[in-house]
Amino acid sequence: MNRFTGFLKKEFLHIFRDLRTMMILFLIPVLLVLIFGFVIKNEIKDAKIAILDLSRDNASKSISSRLSASEDIIVTEYLSSYSQIEEQFQKNLVKAIVIFENNFAENLVRENKANVQIILDASDPNTASLLNSYVSVIINNFISEKFSLNKTIPLEIEPRMWFNEEQSSSYMYVPGTMALILMVITALMSSVSIVREKEMGTMEILLISPLKPYQIVLGKLAPYAVLSVINAVSIILVGYFIFNIPILGSWFTLILVNFIFITMALSLGLLISTLTNRQETAMFISVFVLLLPTMLLSGFIFPLENMPNFLQYLSYIVPAKYYLNAIKSIMLKGQGILYSWKEISVLIGMTILLIGLSIKKFKIRLE
Amino acid sequence: MRILYRLILKEFKQIFRNKIMLPVIFIIPFIQTIILVYSATLELKNSDITIIDMDKSMISANLISKFQASPFFKVELMSYNEKEISDALLKDKTKAILIIPKDFEKNLRSGIPVKILLNLNAIDSQSSGLINIYVGQTVLGIFKDFKPFLSKIDLEQQMPKVDIRPSYWYNQNLNFKFFMLPGILTILVSMIGIFLTSFNIVREKEMGTIEQINVTPIEKWQFLTGKLLPFVLIGIFDLTIGLLFGIFMFDLPFEGSVYTMFIFTILFLIAGIGIGLLIADFSNTLQQSMFMLLFFFLIFILMGGTFTAVESMPDWAQAINVVNPMYYYMRVVRSILLKGSGVLDLIKDFWALLVYGITTVFVAVWAYRKTV
Repeated sequence: MNRFTGFLKKEFLHIFRDLRTMMILFLIPVLLVLIFGFVIKNEIKDAKIAILDLSRDNASKSISSRLSASEDIIVTEYLSSYSQIEEQFQKNLVKAIVIFENNFAENLVRENKANVQIILDASDPNTASLLNSYVSVIINNFISEKFSLNKTIPLEIEPRMWFNEEQSSSYMYVPGTMALILMVITALMSSVSIVREKEMGTMEILLISPLKPYQIVLGKLAPYAVLSVINAVSIILVGYFIFNIPILGSWFTLILVNFIFITMALSLGLLISTLTNRQETAMFISVFVLLLPTMLLSGFIFPLENMPNFLQYLSYIVPAKYYLNAIKSIMLKGQGILYSWKEISVLIGMTILLIGLSIKKFKIRLE
Repeated sequence: MRILYRLILKEFKQIFRNKIMLPVIFIIPFIQTIILVYSATLELKNSDITIIDMDKSMISANLISKFQASPFFKVELMSYNEKEISDALLKDKTKAILIIPKDFEKNLRSGIPVKILLNLNAIDSQSSGLINIYVGQTVLGIFKDFKPFLSKIDLEQQMPKVDIRPSYWYNQNLNFKFFMLPGILTILVSMIGIFLTSFNIVREKEMGTIEQINVTPIEKWQFLTGKLLPFVLIGIFDLTIGLLFGIFMFDLPFEGSVYTMFIFTILFLIAGIGIGLLIADFSNTLQQSMFMLLFFFLIFILMGGTFTAVESMPDWAQAINVVNPMYYYMRVVRSILLKGSGVLDLIKDFWALLVYGITTVFVAVWAYRKTV
């Protein structure tokens, strides 16, 4: 046991004395959460549009000024003919062009019906459809305010937004960033640290020492477990203090779930390290194979429910999905650990499976 | 030139010798692209909604059947029970719970304002916002059916109506695959280029083989170009194959010219890989380089508009994007593919990427030290 603590101490020293790497390891996760928390949004802000007003009457002018007064939309240009439309889009100058037909106000009053066309740059379909509904709402509001005969519909739907009253998109993206960072960085660190020993040839020296193989692996992984837990806590604090993500459940449960997830990621790193003898291969597998599935199939950026079935089935093997479900229910819904027992058991099951596979693959002898 | 040729040949030999890396470079990107391209959709379909009907009248039954007929919703009925409502939302059994109050029909007929309560799980604020809109539209649908009954409500008679017709240019059916495929492909290809170049150099540093090269008459620029070019070529190759998959499997349009695409791809890869070289210059161990790369790369993809719109980002983020090659390239690729933009349309992006590429490569060559 004494030998093992000595080895453990050496491993910790190895990492913690290298100030540059340490700074990188601690700062990167926090910086990324900070940046992405502010940057990744799904609402529209400052979308650039142009207006082609063929009518130039009071109604069309008032709608135009309403559009430019809107906080979400910037009217960059007033076009004078249809021929200018194409250029605006080709040069990526605007996202949409609103066209008022000839005699817009007259049609509105005389025929009770007037036409507006919105041409949208749907090469980004998400923005296009959002922008369409934003502009439509502004136009419809104008009409109902101007012409309303005080006959509102006697039926009202009162939405109650549970768990996220202000509908902040940080509730979705900050936990998502946590999952991404913990998963990729943890697996990366652990896989590379073991492969490095193999590549440098020092693994051989460790193996002929009286330490048992499991002690070697444990000693290699322990410092990274500590590092990752520190990272998890600092990310949670950033979410709590800067993005006002509530923590309604208990801190203890939250840290526990994080710890389980980190252990899972560490064992995944361990498995990757048994597959290869070269650091860059280990890195590549950790980042290349994990990054996009963790980002896209965990519910981080796009909701899983709307995906085709085969992707939903595929998401069952993405650990980040379970982690996200669990921490969202603890942080945002204030649930105890029992509510997430399924997610937690799956994560523990995955950890056991990964460790089992690694033991089977772990070679005591080097070829 | 002969030296450069030999160096490139050596790099290719090393790449093809590594049997684990080969599939990572030439197979996995395509598998990931083909699968993950399905992951984005804004369409709401079969969203779980639970309806609690406390009125049990003809109109409420009609309303329920409207929801059942709608492709957006999968309806489940429930009787009123305070605890079960919060339970259903807490356990994610449903996304929304609509409560039709007592005397719904009676009040509607006599013109007394009625409130329908809609409980939504709003953690994913975009989905819940959409559900809210669709529920509103579906509920308003009952007025068309029951106009004779609800004679007190005369809705559409006097109010003038603006007919708003959206036309979605360049992607009429709002096909998300046209948006996702270039994004995913670019991420994977540039990752291969940037990461591998950088690793390659740092590895030589760590293994000490770089000193053997340093004592040869090979110039700095020859050495670095030898590291850069193979991955630019591999990147172009991967992108071409990936786009062909897109065109034949997903009907991805290719409106622009192939030349424009190649010009921008080369510029982008040089700029990106230039950053990889720079990071290699400043790291001594693979671990350091890998964390720097991961840090910058994540920022590049998540801020560059690969998945979310750049315009919605705060101003400082957009300012940072000036030094983000992905920001230029993502916009350019989508414009070329879907809009058929030419180099002249994208001239700003062209200069930006060109200046970017030249600067990073020059600085990388300048900062590279042949002495230890």
